[in-house]
Amino acid sequence: MEITAAEALVRCLEQENVELVFGYPGGAILPVYDAFNNSTIKHILVRHEQGAAHMADGYARVTGKVGVCLATSGPGATNLVTGIANAYMDSVPMVVITGQVPTTQVGTDAFQEVDITGITLPITKHNFLVKDPKQLSVIVKKAFHLASTGRPGPVLIDLPKDVALSKIKFKYPKNINLPGYKPTYKGHSAMVQQAGKIMMKSERPVIYAGGGVRISGAAPELLQLAETLSAPVTHTLMGLGCFPGDHPLFLGMLGLHGTRYANQAVTECDCLIAVGARFDDRVVTKISGFAPEARIIHIDIDPAEIGKNVTTHLPIVGDLKTVLGAILPNLEKKDNSRWLKRVCRMKEEFPLSYSQEGRLKPQFVCEKLNELKEDNAIVVTDVGQHQMWAALYMRFNEPRCFISSGGLGAMGFCLPAAIGAKMGAPERNVIMVIGDAGLQMTMQELGTAAEQKLPLKIFVLNNNRLGMVRQLQEFYCDKRYISVDFEFNLDFAALGRLYGMEGYTINTPEQLTELLPQILTSPAPVIVDCIIDREENVYPMVLNGSAISEAIGSGKRRMEDI
Amino acid sequence: MAHTLAVLVENNPGVLARVAGLFSRRGFNIDSLAVGRTDNPAVSRMTIVVEGDDRYLEQVNKQLHKLVDVIKISDITKDAYVDRELVLIKVHAEAAKRAEIMQLVDIFRARIVDVGLKTLTVEVTGNEGKITAFEDSLRPFGIKELVRTGKIAMLRGFKSSSKSNSHKEEDES
Repeated sequence: MEITAAEALVRCLEQENVELVFGYPGGAILPVYDAFNNSTIKHILVRHEQGAAHMADGYARVTGKVGVCLATSGPGATNLVTGIANAYMDSVPMVVITGQVPTTQVGTDAFQEVDITGITLPITKHNFLVKDPKQLSVIVKKAFHLASTGRPGPVLIDLPKDVALSKIKFKYPKNINLPGYKPTYKGHSAMVQQAGKIMMKSERPVIYAGGGVRISGAAPELLQLAETLSAPVTHTLMGLGCFPGDHPLFLGMLGLHGTRYANQAVTECDCLIAVGARFDDRVVTKISGFAPEARIIHIDIDPAEIGKNVTTHLPIVGDLKTVLGAILPNLEKKDNSRWLKRVCRMKEEFPLSYSQEGRLKPQFVCEKLNELKEDNAIVVTDVGQHQMWAALYMRFNEPRCFISSGGLGAMGFCLPAAIGAKMGAPERNVIMVIGDAGLQMTMQELGTAAEQKLPLKIFVLNNNRLGMVRQLQEFYCDKRYISVDFEFNLDFAALGRLYGMEGYTINTPEQLTELLPQILTSPAPVIVDCIIDREENVYPMVLNGSAISEAIGSGKRRMEDI
Repeated sequence: MAHTLAVLVENNPGVLARVAGLFSRRGFNIDSLAVGRTDNPAVSRMTIVVEGDDRYLEQVNKQLHKLVDVIKISDITKDAYVDRELVLIKVHAEAAKRAEIMQLVDIFRARIVDVGLKTLTVEVTGNEGKITAFEDSLRPFGIKELVRTGKIAMLRGFKSSSKSNSHKEEDES
């Protein structure tokens, strides 16, 4: 029996075990939406396409499955762009489906026509324009394969309306042939041996763990590696949760806003084991001052990441779980006690600190949340100061518990990503830590959350300004503040109530302490407007051009003196 | 140092844009790029000349590899290879100057492919050195127009940078 290519597309999604898709309909994608009428796949209607992309992203990060989002041609497709770029930067598996004007009109500047494959060329792992309906199922199969294997990423399929309406015989292919795509999973055996030797020789090892640990599912191997080598573990923003935050070897985040002890440990270590991390500029800050004494072992599935930013002494290309699994049997237990003592001392002498004086402190909110949240609760942040406070003052013991826009740093990510996360893990508590500015970027999705009856817990760290930009202006523009203060003050508690949420405004630590237990256990969606100290800065902070060991904030003493 | 890369790509629409876009957004400079189909219609071959040190070339290589449409990359710079470029040059040629130009054409084993009232169009193939020398010697006459194909290259002897024979058609079943 022949069906339309649009119907075939939906069948393909069913074959890929897609349960949920996020999207927004329109003219060019009409046939695809029509086909969802006869499908078990649930479609979540969003309020803006950017929300759909971030939701698919949040869903994928929590479940590990491929997130799927849809939009129509033209503006629908361009509205997805930020979300696609975000997924690309953070290596999130995603399949994006866009409608396109009929092939006969492609290239004529037709109504709602835009060259979305051209636009998304640099922000997708790959993309397809479907010209032949018979190729559709092969393309979908390829898209899911590409999105979810190797270093994951978003793949876009652009489907012209006339192609979608063409009749074809449907059969989902078993095999696909991608001659130019062969990710390496197994590490080179000589390199694996060599890595084991370097690790065993090292007396001051540090593990630098990134989001690759989560993607590869290598958290158990990481734990074993750290404990065998007695190597402290520091994380990138993307890596938080991949190593237990309560573990004595845990150093917290490193880099620009990293803990002083993580940064110092990296500076002093003689062997830096980089696992699933990419030495990006927020981590390295200044190449010459980054782990100057260390032999660097870099394990990553993407060969292009090796040697891109820093010179590596020993590169291993492969899947982290597989590679660590191969290295571990070559290791023997080491205690490195002098080094651990030194690191312990750093932690004691340079803990994270903030002043409790004055108004409600955002760090306090994060600490309190951390205290009361369940271990498997998912914390989703937006981008800015609150993101750093959450990353520094909250502890995560499981992977996929901390969701944040890392590489792209896209404000507006938090709410839609939290919706996607909650839909991917309905049994887990989803806690949003968000700024007042970021919430206003995509707050239309409160409608989506209400419609889906999602009991999100939204904590707005409200300083009524763009806190991070203000901090930058303080340091880099000599306090010439411009366009960082909102003159209109929004009552977020009242806003929440409009969407059927419980709304609270909190001004003092006492209020927070009192209300928090009931908020976190409430079955209802809750928005908590936390009016925080407007002048608070994120510390530690590494100023432009400085090495990570030269952070300011958290004490004035010099590391060398301890 | 200039590197010559032989790049096999799937002959999909947009593949040139993917490669060119990659070079521009990563800040890599292309000296020359030539592209055409191979003996297998599903596979095209690009010859790309890039200037840069080893570290730079390593990134070019790795980033190119990340493109799904790129099947194989060979940096043939250090191997023995034959390279050719074809150039068409339209040169001013008043009657009085024609003999002189034709002599140069002979010396460089070029060919005259079109004769106009006041111009000659000359075709020349060869490696970069020869073409540059020919261009220099015609310049005094006044070059009206010049177009070059970009370099194509192939390894000498039995060795091959083409592994396209194993390329299978897609499974459509």
